[in-house]
Amino acid sequence: MSEFIIKNGHVFDPVQGINGDKKDIAIKDGKITDKVGSGAKVIDASGKTVMAGAVEIHAHIAGPKVNLGRIYRPEDKLFSCTPTKGMERMGGGASIPTTFKTGYEYAKMGYTTAMEAAMPPMFARHVHEEIRDTPIIDEGAFPVFGNNWFVLEYLKNHEVENTAAYIAWLLRVTKGYAVKVVNPGGTEAWAWGLNCLSVNDPVPYFDITPAEIVKGLLEANEYLGLPHSMHIHPNNLGNPGCYQTTLDTLALAEGMKAKNKFGRESVMHLTHSQFHSYKGTNWGDFESGAKEITDYVNQNKNITIDTGNVTLDETTTMTADGPFEHHLTGLNNLKWANCDVELETAAGVVPYIYSPSISVCAIQWAIGLEIPLMMKDPMRCYITTDHPNAGPFTRYPRVIKWLMSKKARDTQINAFKHKDKVLSQTSIGSLDKEISLYELAQMTRAGPAKTLGLGHMCGGLKPGMDADVAVYNFNPDKPVANPDDIETAFSRCAHVFKSGVEVVKNGEIVGTGHKRTLWVNVKVNDNPQVMRDINEKFIKYYSMTQANYEALGHHFVPNPYALEVDATHV
Amino acid sequence: MTKTVTDVICPFCGTLCDDIEVVVSDDGKQLLEVFNACVIGSEKFLHSQAKDRVTKPRMRQEDGSWKDVSYDEAADYTAAMLAKAKKPLMYGWSSTNCEAQSVGNEIAEISRACCDNTAAVCHGTTLIAVQDIGLPTCTLGEVKNRADRIIFWGCNPAHAHPRHMSRYSIFPRGFFTGKGQMSRKMVVVDPRVTDTAKMADVHMQVEQGKDYELLNALRVAFRGEWLPDVVAGIPKEKIREAADMMKSGRFVIIFFGMGVTQSLSKNHNIDIAIAVTKDLNEYTKCSIMPMRGHYNVTGSGEVFAWQFGFPYSIDLSRGFARYNPGDTSSIDLLTRGEVDAMFTIGSDPGAHFPISAVKPIANMPSVCIDPHMTPTSGVSKLHVPVAFNGVETGGNCYRMDNVPIDCRKVVEPPAGMLTDEQFLVMVRDRLKKLKGVA
Repeated sequence: MSEFIIKNGHVFDPVQGINGDKKDIAIKDGKITDKVGSGAKVIDASGKTVMAGAVEIHAHIAGPKVNLGRIYRPEDKLFSCTPTKGMERMGGGASIPTTFKTGYEYAKMGYTTAMEAAMPPMFARHVHEEIRDTPIIDEGAFPVFGNNWFVLEYLKNHEVENTAAYIAWLLRVTKGYAVKVVNPGGTEAWAWGLNCLSVNDPVPYFDITPAEIVKGLLEANEYLGLPHSMHIHPNNLGNPGCYQTTLDTLALAEGMKAKNKFGRESVMHLTHSQFHSYKGTNWGDFESGAKEITDYVNQNKNITIDTGNVTLDETTTMTADGPFEHHLTGLNNLKWANCDVELETAAGVVPYIYSPSISVCAIQWAIGLEIPLMMKDPMRCYITTDHPNAGPFTRYPRVIKWLMSKKARDTQINAFKHKDKVLSQTSIGSLDKEISLYELAQMTRAGPAKTLGLGHMCGGLKPGMDADVAVYNFNPDKPVANPDDIETAFSRCAHVFKSGVEVVKNGEIVGTGHKRTLWVNVKVNDNPQVMRDINEKFIKYYSMTQANYEALGHHFVPNPYALEVDATHV
Repeated sequence: MTKTVTDVICPFCGTLCDDIEVVVSDDGKQLLEVFNACVIGSEKFLHSQAKDRVTKPRMRQEDGSWKDVSYDEAADYTAAMLAKAKKPLMYGWSSTNCEAQSVGNEIAEISRACCDNTAAVCHGTTLIAVQDIGLPTCTLGEVKNRADRIIFWGCNPAHAHPRHMSRYSIFPRGFFTGKGQMSRKMVVVDPRVTDTAKMADVHMQVEQGKDYELLNALRVAFRGEWLPDVVAGIPKEKIREAADMMKSGRFVIIFFGMGVTQSLSKNHNIDIAIAVTKDLNEYTKCSIMPMRGHYNVTGSGEVFAWQFGFPYSIDLSRGFARYNPGDTSSIDLLTRGEVDAMFTIGSDPGAHFPISAVKPIANMPSVCIDPHMTPTSGVSKLHVPVAFNGVETGGNCYRMDNVPIDCRKVVEPPAGMLTDEQFLVMVRDRLKKLKGVA
């Protein structure tokens, strides 16, 4: 493999505590190394910013609901098609780009790892086919557990060990990465057209509450010692007053400690927290609950969050929170797609326009920025747009601009039709903080990598780690003349290396790298009861046979990378 | 000695049954018996053993006779045809696996082809309606476990999807439907008294072409508003009875087929059927599902969508993907004489397209990739027989509810025969050389 040395760049690496020092980064055999030979190719990064490849902790980029979005929104391709160019396949789509475009766009922004946030287990084979066709970036997928019949039945009797054995089995057959929970219990209720809006609403028939599901899955996650914490989208998303449900959910993790060998410290990851931080009683007195949520998270070190920034675009919402999408189509009257999945989950899709002329959208925008600005520890708060729910991931450079520049925020606030309402219902106007590049590296690299249990592999530039490196045309020594320059610089990298292969040069794709599918292989003690239950469910209730359920073979996962977990000792 | 292969997937219809058992000879070369499959599915497996099967590519000669050629020659011809053509049409894809479709899309991208699948003459109108209004749907196991109101509209599963009712919709005893068919009410809407209609609790014998009116009347009936005495040939009492039956269900599912997608009003029929579904979700839970025909037409739409952004009728001739059914759809392209080469795989337009669209195929360079001799192979210049997907090779396929199921290989193909994917890879590599692409 070729050697590279990236010289004289301003390096930002929270893993080693490097804050903008001029340093050389050497790459050899796909890893960061101390030194390379004289034959190494020199990349001049003087006057540029050098960071590890960014890590996406939560995005909907592959799988059935994403593709349903593509199928049913031809309008999303209008003016967003990209022709075949060099080694780039043709692409299309703004909020739900085709797989090839997804890979290229992430890479061009300096992202080298991304997690698909919700994989219906029964559709794992579809998710993996799309991951296979998404070039460059390493990807993992989180199977959803919060409405799974096995989980509901085991946790009704608080059988954590059986739940854990089932999780281990499902991660293996779906090549999944983590325990994802979406509207626990509520999506099962949705199969009857109902919902669970608080942590104490019982799930129809199963007679268990969301609180019991969450608590049990938290315990099972630590029982196994998985790389990632339990990753949750709580009940009551997107409703005025929902912050209280969020606090109730977060409280379930109280007193719990992370147990794993991957260096992860959190036990619960609250995703797209913006959507869960609303106060008020209706859309008229709608206001920000960012302070209440961040106050709680700041005090409780075993919780991490990501933002879910609204980017003020036309986009396509999609979630395994089936009842929420039905509620949303009632609000905006745009086309509604839904798919209930037997024994496991559901999903909905509705297009949405976050208009700067609508006060609620503008307040959502403000909340999304308040959260990271109010969080004291950037290692526990990560930037996402919950792609494509609050906006497409291609808008990350714009979100970074808003976070790094008060001036940019003020410009946007002044452009809102209901500026006064934004200022009265949120505290965005009084927040002067501007995120530093070091904090940005924490929020997009070191932090998410650590919480995903990948801190030993990626998210940093320490010798021995994967050589995922991004070089930005951004000189930290010079004052920023125009905030838009930040957005421009973070939109297209000067260089990106993925596992030591140069994949982007001057904002163009020059290599497809060595794409891997990340999954978690957990060894557990034999559990005949769980195996018998699985067998029985397939015989009686699934519409396919157990033998055909596993995502197996080269055409699904051509280049797997398994994180091994041994949970047999417990 | 023989051996039995279990959990085999049937490569016939969109029901994609995956519980088939196949008995093969000890050397894995002969397929002897098929269990659990319907009569069509069994035939599909057994047909692969036909002694008169074409096993070598054949090129049409000047005098109209066929001449056997090698796969290399066939790939040369196909690549040269696609390289030379200004606007080739690559049609079919519904009876092959997703891996072959993927390679085909690469070929289409290099040769700037128009890509289309059999949805163009089947559920394409459904897709247009879905793009208008959305689609509340579910997997077939949800129907099995929960549905107590089953509506078959313009479809006849008793003949077209023979195991649909026993596996998923009417007879199975699911988690919340322990009494099987006793816990379900069945409504059939069909102008004909089909074998499916004969089983129904309520059969609404709609006047031909009046489905839209009847669906609209149901929406009125849900709301308890005024109805004329007769709508679409159905007395209003019967419409109200059906509406009440649907509203009183705990979980309603509407299955629909070509009777509504390809009759008068086309996509508008589906628009309003989906609106009926949405309406019912105000009272109870309701889903709707198209009864997809080919076993992997759904998969073709999925692969097209994640690679190009659209589910069918895609035109790549400008170097990026465009989608405009009516303009970019196969029959229209052929009848307008816009394409100058025809590539068919895994379907039979010769049997299903209007004659005005089939005639041009005979007059242009054309390739048909199909294990069988079909009307399409009959009018094509080159016929490339391949291994039966789902019998002689595996590969991923998508059921009518979009659930992916990986097909199994149960027997070896005749010696020397290639699979769809293998042949397409040969074509792709040659085409890349001809076009000078890396």
